[in-house]
Amino acid sequence: MENILTLHNLTKKFGPITAVNDLSFTIKKGNVYGILGPNGSGKSTTLGIVLNVVNETSGSFTWFDGNTSTHDALKKVGAIIERPNFYPYMTAAQNLKLVCQIKGVTSEKIEEKLEIVGLLERKDSKFRTFSLGMKQRLAIASALLNDPEILILDEPTNGLDPQGIHQIREIIKKIAAQGTTILLASHLLDEVEKVCSHVVIIRKGIKLYSGRVDEMNASFGFFELKSNQNSVLKDWLTKHDGFKSHKEEDGKIIAFLAQELDAENLNRQLYTEGIVLTHLVKRKESLEEQFLQLTNNLN
Amino acid sequence: MLRLLNIEFQKLRYNKAAKVITITYFVLITFIALIASIEFNFGGVKFRIADQGIFNFPYIWHFNTYIAAWAKLFLAIVIVSMMANEYSHRTLKQNLIDGLSKKEFIGSKFLTVIVFSILSTIFLIIVSMILGVSFSDYNEFSIIVSDLEYVLAYFVKLVGFFAFCMFLGIFVKRSAFALGFLFIWWIVENIIYALLKFKVFKGSTIAESIVQFFPLESMSNLIKEPFTRLNFIQSAANQLGENFQKDYTVHWYGIVIVLVWTVIFVYLSHLLLKKRDL
Repeated sequence: MENILTLHNLTKKFGPITAVNDLSFTIKKGNVYGILGPNGSGKSTTLGIVLNVVNETSGSFTWFDGNTSTHDALKKVGAIIERPNFYPYMTAAQNLKLVCQIKGVTSEKIEEKLEIVGLLERKDSKFRTFSLGMKQRLAIASALLNDPEILILDEPTNGLDPQGIHQIREIIKKIAAQGTTILLASHLLDEVEKVCSHVVIIRKGIKLYSGRVDEMNASFGFFELKSNQNSVLKDWLTKHDGFKSHKEEDGKIIAFLAQELDAENLNRQLYTEGIVLTHLVKRKESLEEQFLQLTNNLN
Repeated sequence: MLRLLNIEFQKLRYNKAAKVITITYFVLITFIALIASIEFNFGGVKFRIADQGIFNFPYIWHFNTYIAAWAKLFLAIVIVSMMANEYSHRTLKQNLIDGLSKKEFIGSKFLTVIVFSILSTIFLIIVSMILGVSFSDYNEFSIIVSDLEYVLAYFVKLVGFFAFCMFLGIFVKRSAFALGFLFIWWIVENIIYALLKFKVFKGSTIAESIVQFFPLESMSNLIKEPFTRLNFIQSAANQLGENFQKDYTVHWYGIVIVLVWTVIFVYLSHLLLKKRDL
């Protein structure tokens, strides 16, 4: 598959602070990527570097397999980072026309893109009169003007009200459905979980994980078990190789799997051992639990 | 190139403040013509400025370029704010993300500076021609086209000055502070000049030969004040026993110094932009 963006050992230092530390990953065409990390983990800095507004301390990155210069590559990219930045004294349409001139595309798509984000009837209003949600939507329209190969969104729902968040997510889903590659930086897990197929997790500038969201944790999930013979059950779990560990929580026994095992099988095995369950649930860790596990492992 | 100019034009044309100041600037240049109408009574003798030879070819080239150059301060405001606004609106970042390279960004600004300078020069030529043809005592073609180096000097002076403003706008990032910085720079240059002239190199011309390399001084050196060159002022001075011996010509090395500064300012602007994280 075609590589859209490749990072090689990217490092950025702000004085004594290392914002991005030896970061490498690849963005392939057609996937929806999330960059996940707590606030201040280096997400925006990483995006700033690949978008040519922050200078890297060391390492390198290539767009489209290195076939084009960075600023030419950016003409095929749509990006919004942090807050939407436009000329306050120009109208929405005038601002978008300027973006068209910079990107070197014709301005005929302005109305179409304004329609997508629901701002068509405000196209002749000055940018300074817009609410934050409208500004953010205008930024998305502007990022879409060139029908980009990849759309980069940095905290697109930050600071918006629930309605605004919903509108933005709907727009993102619509775009993703059309097959556009998306790179979404966020500290909101559910946002990434809902939208992304791949995820890069960084913390303090260090990559903790990169790969598919559903393969993020090598674990096979866990069982929540309850029985009237909890101590016998625990002994059995300790002896069984299929389980890594178990613990008791609120009267329930949480048993972590070391290999694939389905609930029906477990139930049958336990029954033949003479252990009758009153409660049996098989669950996978949520992204949040996995994320916390990953980020905590480092400490 | 046209694309870069278009981009900058699109940014400026909807900016009301920039538009008003630019128009004021060009109107101010035409107001040189108003000098023609200044009249006053001098001991019962009617005295008309226009008749004192200030609009004579080729002197008019010297006089008008000197006077019109003052108006550049207005356009300086536009230039400084068109740079600093990109920082304060954070649109510079967006421009770069949208695929403008840093070189193209500086290019679009510098091209605008050049266009402003060309427009000013053309405007000045038109105004001078109209005034000259109406008031000059000499209208021979060979006289009209002599001393045109003042027009070239005017153009170079504007380009150099606006390049300096452009650099300050990027360097300081805020229009008001950048204009303040320009003023402070001007004071500092003058203080250094005074120190050199009256303390360090007393009684010699070494001070002048050092100061001519300073950016603002080199620009003002291009076109020296024209007033003491006027006949009626010279004769008045003669009566008082004064004699002005001054070199009014435009020197090629003066032009070279300003052009070198222009290159330095454009280069530094680009360097700053490249080095800075946004």
